[in-house]
Amino acid sequence: MDWITEILNVTWNFIVLFLNENIPLVVGSVKAVIIAVAIMSVVPALVWLERRLMGRFQVRLGPNRVGPFGLGQPMADTVKLLFKESIIQSSADKFLFHLAPAVVVITAIAAFAVIPFGEPFEVFGQTIEMWGANVNSGILFVFAISGMGIYGMVLAGLSSNNKYSLMGGLRSSAQMISYELTLGLSALSIILLTGSLSLVDMVRAQETYPFILVQPLAFLLFFIAGIAETNRAPFDLPEAEQELVAGFHTEYTGMKFAMFFMGEYINMVTMSALVTLLFLGGWNAYGLPVWPIVSFAVKVFFLLCVFIWLRSTFPRIRYDRLMTFGWKILLPLCLLNLMVTSTVKVIWFP
Amino acid sequence: MSVTEQGLLERDKDTMTLNMGPQHPSTHGVFRVILEMDGEVVKTAEPEIGYLHTGIEKNCENKRYVHVIPMTDRLDYLNPPGNNLAFCLSTEKLLGIEIPERANALRVIMCELSRIASHLVWLGTHALDIGAMTVFLYCWREREMILDLNEEVSGVRMMTSYIRVGGVAKDATRPWLDGIRDFLDYFPAKVDEYERLLTRNPIWLDRTEGIGVFTREEAINWSLSGPALRASGVNWDIRKSQPYSGYDNYSFDVPIQTNGDIYDRYRVRVEEMRQSRAIIKQAMERLPGGDYKTPDNKVSLPARETLHTSMEALIHHFKLVSEGISVPKGETYVPIEGARGEVGFYIVSDGTNVPYRVKLRAPSFMAIPGMCKAMEGCYIADVVGIIGSIDIVMGEVDR
Repeated sequence: MDWITEILNVTWNFIVLFLNENIPLVVGSVKAVIIAVAIMSVVPALVWLERRLMGRFQVRLGPNRVGPFGLGQPMADTVKLLFKESIIQSSADKFLFHLAPAVVVITAIAAFAVIPFGEPFEVFGQTIEMWGANVNSGILFVFAISGMGIYGMVLAGLSSNNKYSLMGGLRSSAQMISYELTLGLSALSIILLTGSLSLVDMVRAQETYPFILVQPLAFLLFFIAGIAETNRAPFDLPEAEQELVAGFHTEYTGMKFAMFFMGEYINMVTMSALVTLLFLGGWNAYGLPVWPIVSFAVKVFFLLCVFIWLRSTFPRIRYDRLMTFGWKILLPLCLLNLMVTSTVKVIWFP
Repeated sequence: MSVTEQGLLERDKDTMTLNMGPQHPSTHGVFRVILEMDGEVVKTAEPEIGYLHTGIEKNCENKRYVHVIPMTDRLDYLNPPGNNLAFCLSTEKLLGIEIPERANALRVIMCELSRIASHLVWLGTHALDIGAMTVFLYCWREREMILDLNEEVSGVRMMTSYIRVGGVAKDATRPWLDGIRDFLDYFPAKVDEYERLLTRNPIWLDRTEGIGVFTREEAINWSLSGPALRASGVNWDIRKSQPYSGYDNYSFDVPIQTNGDIYDRYRVRVEEMRQSRAIIKQAMERLPGGDYKTPDNKVSLPARETLHTSMEALIHHFKLVSEGISVPKGETYVPIEGARGEVGFYIVSDGTNVPYRVKLRAPSFMAIPGMCKAMEGCYIADVVGIIGSIDIVMGEVDR
């Protein structure tokens, strides 16, 4: 039996050695799991919040039967969706039909990986950073990944072999192209101010004051484009239920449908987090005695409530007007803002 | 034709055929329209009706006059008292009877309440079609109060059958009158609230102004009626031009707009809700005493307590219950101003207790061809807006 002990010993030594050599990898993996689980468990809470808030806005109660304050409702819904039969119509492209919801959710979660939510802290001699990955081009990473999320919607629209889905998919791609531009250009003025693409650096640059004070127009443009980017009302054209039945996810049932839903809500959180980081000072509390992470969470929560508030207030904008609005109003304003910002920066703060 | 064959046929076309309805969420029931699309723009729109065919018109030929009334409720199910009234007015004209003042006032109150309820459903669903979800639930809140009032006086929330040949079913009750007074005080602020959410909302204006336009001539040629006609600048309200049920005694305005687009139809209907409130207020103030139905016992049942003392009352009661009303030979048509436009029953009587033929003039049915014409050249998002703004009810289209 000596050889078994020998093998176990060697394996054990190897593991210990590996862990000692690769502590960042272990910490990184644990963080990745925590962030992914946290972001996915935010979704049911957010669905509950949206339904309750919308209920209040619309003189009704919202879910209040399952558990205290209806908190169990999202769980019950998830269980229902899990057990639902997944119907695929015979004329659909099966591979793409299965792939589309996965693309949406994976990109949504991946985009959140570079979102920082606090300063690093020391524990057991190890520096734990409060972000999944500090990519030095953090903001570009978010834009690239969230742009890929649209592929999921386009694929869903194409593979369903349903004309309403197709139109939803086409709308989402057109919408993405016109609003990604505004999103990027309005973020560019912040990049000009900080001189860095890293989200952490951007937050550190706002230690004295948040950038919303110096860039109010960029904030507004970024937020509007962000709503359009996440396909939320009043820009929810790809899934306009009164026109396109349910848009790109008309043919989806069960958990695959829920994955689109999840993707939308995660994108909402990512967008709120991005607005917080870029314009509202991230985790800086500006003298208020709260933990950085609390300051960050409160700001994100507030923005999420604004998302919900807008949904219950505005009618839906029309497709051609959405394009006109994006190209003829938002984009020129963005360029103007960028021009003014760079001029001021070059002349007064070289 | 198989799916593949259909696909091959469509491949060579520049346009896409899009089937909207009858299970589409915003075709207001089971209306179906086949759209020929060029991208997001509609090239042609072809209506398809008949998915809610109930055979009510034909059925009327086998029912006594009294039994027809509950069926008229189910035609335009958002404005049942209007249909009751249209049928009763035609029947009463054939019978040649006079209706007591109190019954007329009660009819007016009931019809105007129901016009408000119908316009509330219209506003809610129309706003929902354009994406404003909250207005929908606000409207439902006020409509609920009207339905409660309906239940109080007639026992039924929607299909009231309250207006009968010769008068109304029951006299007004104290809680009903009090409830209406409360509602009249409460309602104007709520109309202002809807207007605050929509009237000057830039997205709402963008979605409604200059879309689905009917010029004055087009509106007349497509035989639109009611609010849709008045939004095109035609001053035509049957309550004013051919007054019935004593509408000539009330002072109210007929809202007129001139552009004939979705926005103007919205403005007309919102103003009509205010005018309806004014009419109810006047009717409540001068609600006359007296009978709530005609004393003619050949048309309405004699009072229960007289059955024990009066031989004649007993005979009338027996004849009315077993045989129904016998209507003299003739044919007639009395139009009224329903919530959607001109409603009227063309009744042919052969002198028996069953109508020989009943034909409904339904405003929604008449509006459908023009509505589909207006869709051409619009975006798909406007299609649902146009359907909503014409306010069709499939119950009276298919009957």
